[in-house]
Amino acid sequence: MTNTKYTEDHEWATLDDGIVTVGITDFAQDQLGDIVFIELPRIGQAINQGDEGAIIESVKAAGDVKCPVGGEVAAVNESLVDSPEQVNKDPMGDGWFYKVRASDLSEWEQLMSKQAYETFVAQSN
Amino acid sequence: MPISYPSGIIQEHKNTRSTASLFDVSHMGQIRLQGRNIAHYIESFSPIDLVNLPEGRQAYSFFTNEAGGIIDDFVAMRIGSEYRIIVNAANKQTVLSILNQNKPTHCSVELLDTYSMIALQGPSASSALSQLAPKCRSMSFMDAGILYLDNIQCAVARSGYTGEDGFEISVQSSHIEHLARKLLEIEGVHPAGLGARDTLRLEAGLCLHGNDISPEISPVEAGLSWAIPATRRTGGSRAGGFPGAEPILSMLKRGSKQIRIGLRVNDRIPVRAKTLLETKSGIQIGKVTSGGFGPSVGIPIALAYVDTSATEVGSRLDAIVRNKRIEVTVAPLPFVPLRYYRN
Repeated sequence: MTNTKYTEDHEWATLDDGIVTVGITDFAQDQLGDIVFIELPRIGQAINQGDEGAIIESVKAAGDVKCPVGGEVAAVNESLVDSPEQVNKDPMGDGWFYKVRASDLSEWEQLMSKQAYETFVAQSN
Repeated sequence: MPISYPSGIIQEHKNTRSTASLFDVSHMGQIRLQGRNIAHYIESFSPIDLVNLPEGRQAYSFFTNEAGGIIDDFVAMRIGSEYRIIVNAANKQTVLSILNQNKPTHCSVELLDTYSMIALQGPSASSALSQLAPKCRSMSFMDAGILYLDNIQCAVARSGYTGEDGFEISVQSSHIEHLARKLLEIEGVHPAGLGARDTLRLEAGLCLHGNDISPEISPVEAGLSWAIPATRRTGGSRAGGFPGAEPILSMLKRGSKQIRIGLRVNDRIPVRAKTLLETKSGIQIGKVTSGGFGPSVGIPIALAYVDTSATEVGSRLDAIVRNKRIEVTVAPLPFVPLRYYRN
């Protein structure tokens, strides 16, 4: 996943032909604990960078998946509705949340590289 | 105790209901009380019947305030000539101040801060603990006594906060690590943390002080009238004589305006503490005091206080979560069968 970037809110964003797939990192799923509920955005929804894209409820608490890149929601991972634990099991793969047709690719360019994110996580511990 | 160990809350919760879990509950306050008429003295702060509690037994009760609210809930055990009271960590100092207020000169009140406590809970708890002390098998729910576990003197009660069979073990802190490691070596015994402790007690319908009970809530509203024995009620041999006796005994007679109920959520969204409840017609009717996902029941559940008009099991209400109406159904407590062992 060389075209994957990260945010300080522990989201990952993979760019592929103008579409950005969004999920949460392994660090985030570990912090959250067992996830029991996910609310996804609607396909077609217009969303800005920094908006609340999805809602996660773990056994412990509720959190949100902010949108790392603005645009229009092109797809959502429906399987997370019945199997939210997929996010704990495979956060970087099958645990993807939604895809955005990016309206401004410079927003993606400005996100953290994998290295920068790993340094960020190490420093915050 | 951490929120969870690497297995995670759900696995630790499930282990507890299928085999056994070990919890470090050393944060609880353990208070030793001794002296002539000490039981009468403790009764002046609580509606407990401690005078008639047989040696080797434990009882659940609460310290009340003048308004009839609950300062803390506790278990009290009688072992030999001493009484031990186990209180919540957050209320340790408050309870000590109360007990030291008018302490009779020939009585002692001592916080056992050099003692630790662990709880072994689950259907396999008895077979596991019997490997260290075969005598534990013959204990019934709420029995308490001195047992030697691996030759170490411990105060053991057959009780817990999970709804499962289990034991709460108190021992001098210098021995706790050895004892915990011995128990964890037993097959089927796994460590469990605070997260699972909360999901387990929630499913068992047990109150958490600070959430479901507090100085503003009476035992009658909390559904804990069963813990007020006849001897302390109107007409009993030692009726009243505890703080808030008048409002509590009056509420016992007349009923209360609100009452604690269980809720099952008809959705996947957890409905948590402080969530407001409305009738289907939009009238505010109550508030959630504890809530979350129940791993054994497989759905989100909650404890709430509602107006007595809305307590019928099966009635549907709406919980307001992030401005959305989430349907909940009034459910009987507990949410899972209690599996206490009675000899």
